[in-house]
Amino acid sequence: MNGGQDIGGMDGFGPVQPEPNEPVFHSQWEKRAFALTLAAGVAGGWNIDMSRFARENRPPNEYLTMSYYQIWFAALEAMLKERALVSDDEIAVGQALKAPKPVSCILRADDVARVLYHGGPTERETKTKPAFKAGDRVRAKMMNPVTHTRLPRYVRGHLGTIDRVIGCHVFPDSNAAGAGENPQWLYTVRFDGGELWGADADPSVTVSVDAWEPYLLPA
Amino acid sequence: MAHAHSHDHDFHHEQGSELSEMQLRTRAIETILLEKGYIEQAAIDELIETYEKKIGPRNGAQVVAKAWVDPKFRKWLLEDGTAAIGSLGFGGRSGNHLVALENTPSLHNMVVCTLCSCYPWAVLGLPPLWYKSAPYRSRAVADPRGVLKDFGIELPKDTEIRVWDSTAELRYMVVPMRPAGTEGWSEEKLAELVTRDSMIGTGFPKSPKDLK
Amino acid sequence: MNGAADMGGMHGFGPVVPEKNEPVFHEEWEGHSFALNMVTGVANLWNIDAFRFKRESLPPPEYLNLSYYGLWTRTLELMMLEYGVATPEELKAGHAIAPFKKASRAVTAADCDNMVRCARPLSRPAPGPALFKVGDKVRAKNMHPKHHTRLPRYTRGHVGEIARIVGCHVFPDSNASNLGEDPHWLYTVRFDGHELWGADSDPTVRVCIEAWEPYLEKP
Repeated sequence: MNGGQDIGGMDGFGPVQPEPNEPVFHSQWEKRAFALTLAAGVAGGWNIDMSRFARENRPPNEYLTMSYYQIWFAALEAMLKERALVSDDEIAVGQALKAPKPVSCILRADDVARVLYHGGPTERETKTKPAFKAGDRVRAKMMNPVTHTRLPRYVRGHLGTIDRVIGCHVFPDSNAAGAGENPQWLYTVRFDGGELWGADADPSVTVSVDAWEPYLLPA
Repeated sequence: MAHAHSHDHDFHHEQGSELSEMQLRTRAIETILLEKGYIEQAAIDELIETYEKKIGPRNGAQVVAKAWVDPKFRKWLLEDGTAAIGSLGFGGRSGNHLVALENTPSLHNMVVCTLCSCYPWAVLGLPPLWYKSAPYRSRAVADPRGVLKDFGIELPKDTEIRVWDSTAELRYMVVPMRPAGTEGWSEEKLAELVTRDSMIGTGFPKSPKDLK
Repeated sequence: MNGAADMGGMHGFGPVVPEKNEPVFHEEWEGHSFALNMVTGVANLWNIDAFRFKRESLPPPEYLNLSYYGLWTRTLELMMLEYGVATPEELKAGHAIAPFKKASRAVTAADCDNMVRCARPLSRPAPGPALFKVGDKVRAKNMHPKHHTRLPRYTRGHVGEIARIVGCHVFPDSNASNLGEDPHWLYTVRFDGHELWGADSDPTVRVCIEAWEPYLEKP
């Protein structure tokens, strides 16, 4: 979706302001929000693409005002409620009021190290062949889905070059919508700065994105 | 005020405290400008009175009603909105580059300003909040049918929808189609059927039975 | 600039919510905010393009979260500071602090009556012949200026057709930065919805904008 998260190329946010000696978490609740999100994901059975969509799927003015972990937490609440694992009245009183729904799997302390180490690899086997090869000219599609996508607005419609054929990977646009993994060929596509930002752009700049095949057309 | 809020987190839009803060800050500006002699109080009061009470969609309704009964005026209006509208005594601020857009059975016009809130003040007064807010500004150009649904309107699938984004100083008003069952009506009575939204493109005029 | 104001095509803001019997001003201060903006224009303290530029330069979280007239009041404050009409101390105190320079003349109710009733002509003598004629295909430039512009992002790079030659008007990109009126030919340009939003979008939609000649090039 063209939400508050798609801000590549936006102006007005001011300078980058690194915080000296920044702690990993700025407060206790942030630590818990982080851990809860990971642990609940195992029980809740949602995938990372669904998590990302849940984060971006809010009014842009709120997205841009909330802190990083506020957004994580809001997305967590939304996904728990969507799956009827937690309800609004339970959240209001901070206690379970109904019996829990059965889930297939929960994250135990002993599993944490292994689960983190294993991660969530997205490469999949396929019998299909990639449509493009390194060096091919491609055009990023003009598309504006209201659902999750990983093609930022600032590249849409623009001409680039295939830098690398990465492999066949879970396709987020499908996976986030619960339509299955639908793995697609994934490429690194390189764009000239001038192509993206116009004739006055810095000629020494190129930008690359990793784009799945459904995002691309032959040039 | 009408805003869409989500409630699944602890984000607070500080409406209450924003009100008193804005009151104070606006008054500060006014006081400073008065004390420095830039403005007279009467000028401020006159402007508020004018746009709150005097200039509004009734102006545009008169223009539309006249176009409905008078084919020569209609032709003039569509060719030179500024002059035709000016001939009725409406013009001035946001009135010197007026364009009238004709709705037909196959074409529906909608007006927006995605970049800010440009609006034909001279014929419609000040815009409503929804016109100036993010939902309309973001969606009108990309999903006008979806926006019309928010207004409870569904157009035939093959009607062309033309959205006019007011990026310069041209100001647009829509001339909606004349409702059926109004033959022989006076301009004054016809004007009562013309709604503000029908002149923006997010509504239709009232029908005769709505007036009873 | 690619600021928060440039929101054509964004998702996530929810439905349009019209308010029944909406008053012109929701609070008394809003009427004053409105009137103050008008009189500062009549007093010629700054031009409307500079005012719009200042407003859209607000950091996106601020821009997106202020109410409509909150934006006007905030912008007025910033303009008064920038143009030396008030100091930060005066704004904080809520009144003028001596010593200060008095205005040469005050805007009167009659001036405002005049402003409301009379046109503010923006047409200027043409710098040369118009480059395009009605029916010409044109491409909106892929430009990303940091200064004020009225070419919305959703049109940039796209091909449309000249629907009308409006005339020769003050050029906002220049006027907003007080670089002079620099008038240019102004056109109404019509785009197909498919061109702007992609092959899957509503085929019955067309979008028109007004675009000054420097925004356009032959496709």
